[in-house]
Amino acid sequence: MTAVLPLVDQFALGLDAPICLTWELTYACNLACVHCLSSSGRRDPNELTTQQCEAVIDELQAMKVFYVNIGGGEPTVRPDFWHLLDYAVAHQVGVKFSTNGIKIDKEKAARIAATDYVDVQISLDGATAEVNDAVRGGGSYATAVAALENLSEAGFKDAKISVVVTRHNVSQLDEFKALADRFSATLRLTRLRPSGRGADVWDDLHPTAAQQRVLYDWLVLAGEGVLTGDSFFHLAGFGEPLPGLNLCGAGRVVCLIDPVGDVYACPFAIHSEFLAGNLLWDGGFDKVWRESPLFEDLRRPQTGGACSKCAHYDSCRGGCMAAKFFTGLPLDGPDPECIVGYGEQALTGSGAMAALPKPDGDHSHGGPVRGQAPRPGAAGGPVQVTIGHRPDRGCDESPLVGLQLSPRV
Amino acid sequence: MACAASTEVTQVAMSAPAFDPTQPWRLSSGVALRDESFGALAYDFATRRLSFLKTQLLVDVVRGLESAPDVGSALAAAGVPDADRATYLRALHGLANSGMLTPG
Amino acid sequence: MPVNNQPTIEVPPATTATADCEPAAAEELVEETLVEEVSIDGMCGVY
Repeated sequence: MTAVLPLVDQFALGLDAPICLTWELTYACNLACVHCLSSSGRRDPNELTTQQCEAVIDELQAMKVFYVNIGGGEPTVRPDFWHLLDYAVAHQVGVKFSTNGIKIDKEKAARIAATDYVDVQISLDGATAEVNDAVRGGGSYATAVAALENLSEAGFKDAKISVVVTRHNVSQLDEFKALADRFSATLRLTRLRPSGRGADVWDDLHPTAAQQRVLYDWLVLAGEGVLTGDSFFHLAGFGEPLPGLNLCGAGRVVCLIDPVGDVYACPFAIHSEFLAGNLLWDGGFDKVWRESPLFEDLRRPQTGGACSKCAHYDSCRGGCMAAKFFTGLPLDGPDPECIVGYGEQALTGSGAMAALPKPDGDHSHGGPVRGQAPRPGAAGGPVQVTIGHRPDRGCDESPLVGLQLSPRV
Repeated sequence: MACAASTEVTQVAMSAPAFDPTQPWRLSSGVALRDESFGALAYDFATRRLSFLKTQLLVDVVRGLESAPDVGSALAAAGVPDADRATYLRALHGLANSGMLTPG
Repeated sequence: MPVNNQPTIEVPPATTATADCEPAAAEELVEETLVEEVSIDGMCGVY
């Protein structure tokens, strides 16, 4: 038998269809979490219609995508959310959706429990209201817990509680686990990235080096009982890699479909640098996934650059592309949270860009939401529009690729 | 205690169905199979396990299980060379152990 | 819970064999595992 590359290498070269595709259905959200990766809050006027969403699902079915991760913003604030959920399942596409719980009343919980191939993930960033609400807004802890209760009572098996690990909740890991156990749910811990509004709070919220070690050790002990969405592969150098593929899947295994049909390499990289195309203008999602020059680039073997000489490179693969990009670090160098400290060094040295890249668009709420203070400078002011700062590739079919056509004022 | 010992043995034996290639097996419901250039990907919705079937021949065998009276016949129908039978049986056994294949 | 003996994919191709591998033998080079497995819980941690 001829040798076939190991799975991880096949993945690095790209697949015929994504595996963990993320689809942000709307930028609208009832909350205004300080670290929102998609800078959500207000609906975009150009969001895909119900029919356009159905067409996307039809494509996913044809591509045999196993499941789609649906989020936003808050996906359930779309009135057609429940219809689209049923439509996806009816078309052989599983759905895992992420929600703050606002619409998961007893009726909806029962509906979800009665639907196969649906997974629900409740977002929570503190094991207590005090810690959680400081990030997600007053009342959000209570909303999340109510949703978990409703799901549990309705007999839904194995909901997920998804936590973004921050400086202020690392001390609550055991309590998070207890909370999950209380609702017979599974705990997920995921990594904070400096993406979207996350860039504004990164310095204050990202775990310290010491806390990273604590987190890693805790995850190793927790084993497969706690999920991570493969988001801590930058910690692999501490010892045994954590379960998962331990590599950046952007454009190879995963990508993002955003609410207006833009396709990005990753949900944490909503920036024209990582914009592969738009499924409305570029011939549909399948075509963008298979033929976008950006994805072709990402699927070429990466050399690792400055990191390849490091003993840990094989396990950490240089870390997270988005984390590097939005902290102004070069992509072929260390992750800002490199466990050896090379990232920190690069950030203080001349390795980092002077002006940090801003994400494409900003759908944040202008005024206060649920008693949350508005972000500095966000009071209905002009939305930052990022025109790609590198030339369009010669082989792009559409001269409009990378151009934001609907700046909001 | 005599009773506890025998119960223990029974429980261990029942923890996984023994893989018997003279019996029919099939892809479990809740497992989706997708062809790739290198073989196929199989995703188990229940366990979140993703399996990579590394040869087209193995994929053919797995797809053929549906209509084959037993595993042995599926191997033969797909044209698995005799020299490779053991390897393929081991692969199927592994898939059965992880719940991707079910008896019947 | 029965565990199959498939190699986990955390072993990158460039590294040497892990401690619990059997010593290489001529016969074992021909023997290949045809199935590789990984638990996928999303990637990038979002969902």
